[in-house]
Amino acid sequence: MKKKVVSLLVAAMTVASLTACGGSDAPAANQEPAPAPAEKQEAEPASAEKQEAEPAPAESQAETPAPAADGEVISVGFAQVGHESDWRAANTKNYQDTFSAENGYELSFVDCDNDHAVQIETVRGFIEQELDYICIAPIQSAGWDTVLQEAKDAGIPVLIVDRAVDADPSLYTTALGCDMVAEGEAAGNWLAEYLNGEDANILVIEGSVGASATLGRTEGFNNIVAQNSNWKVLDSQSGDFTQAGGQEVMESFIKSYSDFNVVVCQNDNEAYGAMDAMDAAGITYGVDGDVTIISFDATHDGLQYTLDGKITCNVECNPLQAGFAEGVIKKLQAGESVDAWTLVVDEAFVAPGITSNYAITMTQEVLDGRAY
Amino acid sequence: MDKVKKITKMKLFLPIFSMLLVMMINVIYDIASGNPPFGFFSISINNGILYGRLIDVLNRGSEVAILAIGMTLVVSASAGTDISVGSVMSLSGGLCCMLLAGYGVTNVSEYAVPLWVGMFAGIAIACVCGLFNGFLVAYMNIQPMVATLILWSAGRAIGLLLCNSNIVYVRVPSFQFFGAYCGIIPTPILIAAICVAIASIVLKSTALGTYIQSVGINKRASRISGFNSAKIILLCYVICGLCAGIAGLVATCRIYSADTNNIGLNMELDAILAVALGGNSLGGGKFNLAGSIIGAYTIQAITTTLYALGVSSAQAPVFKAIVVILIVVIQSQPVKDYFKKLSAKKAGAKEAA
Repeated sequence: MKKKVVSLLVAAMTVASLTACGGSDAPAANQEPAPAPAEKQEAEPASAEKQEAEPAPAESQAETPAPAADGEVISVGFAQVGHESDWRAANTKNYQDTFSAENGYELSFVDCDNDHAVQIETVRGFIEQELDYICIAPIQSAGWDTVLQEAKDAGIPVLIVDRAVDADPSLYTTALGCDMVAEGEAAGNWLAEYLNGEDANILVIEGSVGASATLGRTEGFNNIVAQNSNWKVLDSQSGDFTQAGGQEVMESFIKSYSDFNVVVCQNDNEAYGAMDAMDAAGITYGVDGDVTIISFDATHDGLQYTLDGKITCNVECNPLQAGFAEGVIKKLQAGESVDAWTLVVDEAFVAPGITSNYAITMTQEVLDGRAY
Repeated sequence: MDKVKKITKMKLFLPIFSMLLVMMINVIYDIASGNPPFGFFSISINNGILYGRLIDVLNRGSEVAILAIGMTLVVSASAGTDISVGSVMSLSGGLCCMLLAGYGVTNVSEYAVPLWVGMFAGIAIACVCGLFNGFLVAYMNIQPMVATLILWSAGRAIGLLLCNSNIVYVRVPSFQFFGAYCGIIPTPILIAAICVAIASIVLKSTALGTYIQSVGINKRASRISGFNSAKIILLCYVICGLCAGIAGLVATCRIYSADTNNIGLNMELDAILAVALGGNSLGGGKFNLAGSIIGAYTIQAITTTLYALGVSSAQAPVFKAIVVILIVVIQSQPVKDYFKKLSAKKAGAKEAA
C-alpha cells in the first residue's frame, strides 16, 4: 500500500507540474480531486494495482522486497493473540524457533495483546511490507472480511492458525488448528475403553460459555456419550476455565449428586478446583479412588497430576503448531496445492499403570520431554 | 396486625425478605422434585467440616460481603462507585504471591519471604490504590467512576506484570489455611465475620458513620459545619481499598495461587449490586451496612440456587437477571407506595365499617 501511495504521489506531482506549465490558476484547483478517484481503486483487484505500480519510478521500487525464490529468505508475519497463558507462551516460542533465521525465514512477530483492532492493523502492516506469508491467530472470529480481501488482492497467502475466522474460505489460503470436537471424542473413546462396559454417571465442568473449546469439547464428548446407553451425564455447569470456578461448581455437584463416578473438566485449572472440592468433602479420586477425572489441555502441572495418578486422563491441546504451518508454507513454496484445513494432532495422556489405544501412558520421561 | 406492620416497616425487612424469597425457590424446587423440602437449609458435619448449601452461600459470598463494606461507605460519602475493587483484588493477590514465591517463579512449596510480609504487602498495595482513588475523587474532584476507571484497567495489568503473566502457585498449607478451613468452619466466613464486626463496631461506637452520611448528603454544608469533607471521602476510599485487599487475599488463598487474569473479575459489579440490593441509594447519603451485607449473600444465594437447580450455564445469566430485577422492583419506591396506599385503603375501609 505504501508503494501505491508513493506512485500516486508521483502521479499527482506529474499532473500538478503539467498543469502548472499551463500557467493558469483554474487547473490548480483540480489538483486535489484528481488523486481521489485513484485512491478509491485501492480496493480493486491486485492485477490493476500491479499494472499501475509497475511503471512507477525507481523510488517506489526500492521499497519492494526481493521476491522469495527458492533458497532465499522467506518472510513470514505472525499476528499472535497475546501472552495470556503458558499455552500461548509455548505456542509463541514454537513459532519463533521454527521460523528462525537458521531455517531460512524472517519472522515478523507481533503480540496483539488480545486487541482485535491492533491485530487488524498488524495484518495491514504485513500487507504493506509485502511479506511472503501471513499467519493470523485470530483474537475474535468476526470482522475479518475486509483485511483478508486486502491480503488476497495483494497476492499474499494467509494462514489462519489456532482459532477459526468467520469469513468466506476463499479469502484465505488455508486454516490449521486443533480440532476441539476430536479432543472431546478422544476423551470419550478413552473412557469407553477404560470403563469397559461399566456404567458411568458423569458430571461435566464446562469451560466459559460460548468459547470454541467449550463447544467443541462438549459436542465431541456428547457424541461418545450417545453411543453408550449406560452412560448418563448427570449435570453440566460452567466453571469458566478457572480453578475457583471448578471448586465452586464441584462443591455444588457433591451436594446435588451422591452417585457419580466420572468428572470431566474442560481444562486443567478446573480440574485442580474440582480436586480441592473433593478433598474437602472426603471423596477419593484418581486411579485408586472412586471418581475418575478427565481433563483437557495437558499443561505441565496437569500432566504432573496425571503422572501422580490423580487426573486419570488428560487430553492435550497441542500448542506446537508451527511445524504444521511450516509444512503448509513449504508446500505452497513448491507450488503444490494445500488442503483447506490442516489438523494439528493432539495426544492424550493417561496415568501410569493404564495402557490405552487412544492415549500415551505417562512417565517421568514424557513429562520432562514436554516443551511447556 | 400491628406486629406485622412493625416488622414490614423495619429497614432491613425488604433485603431479608428478598434473600428468603431466593431461598424459597429451592424449597419449591425440592418439593416439586420429591426431595426433602428443606434440603437447602440442612447443615451437617461431613469429613470433619461444616457441610451444606447454606455454608456454601456464606463461604463463597465472603469476598463480595467484604467488598460490600467498603463499597457502602464509598457510595454513601461520594455518591459514586469504586469500580476498581475487582482489579485491586487481583493486584493484591498477585503482589502477595509474587513476594511469597519470588519473581518469575510459578510454583513453590515454601515461602521466599515470611507469610506476613506477603500478606502485609498485598493489603498495603490495596490501601495505596484506595488512597490514589480517594485523592482523585476528594481532592481533584474527579467523578468517582472516572477516577476509579484508571485502576479498574491498570490494577489487573500491574498484577499480571508482577506475576510475569503466569499463574503463581504457593502450595504451602499455612497459606491455604486462609481459603480453606479453620477447624470445622471455612476460614473465609470467619474473615468476613471479623471484617463486618469491626466495621459495625467502628461505625456504631464512633461518629464516623454520621460524618460519612452528612458528607454524602451535603458535602458543602458538612464542610461549613466543620467536617473535613475531603478527608472523610479519602478515608472511605482507603477503607474500600483495604476491603478489596482482604477480599483479594481470601480469593487467592482459596486457590493457593495468583490467577491475576480471573481473581475478582467483574466482582466490582457484584459489590455495587450488593449495596443496591441492601436498600441503599447509589446517590449517596444515608446508608445501611447490614443491608449491603445481606445483599452480598443474596447474590451468592442466587448463584448457589442456580447450581442447585442445575440450570444450564448458558441460561443461568437470564435467570439471575430475572431474580435481580424482581428484587430491585420489590424495593422500588412506586411499589412501596402502592402497598402503603393499599394498607391505607384497608384501614380506611375498616374505620368506615
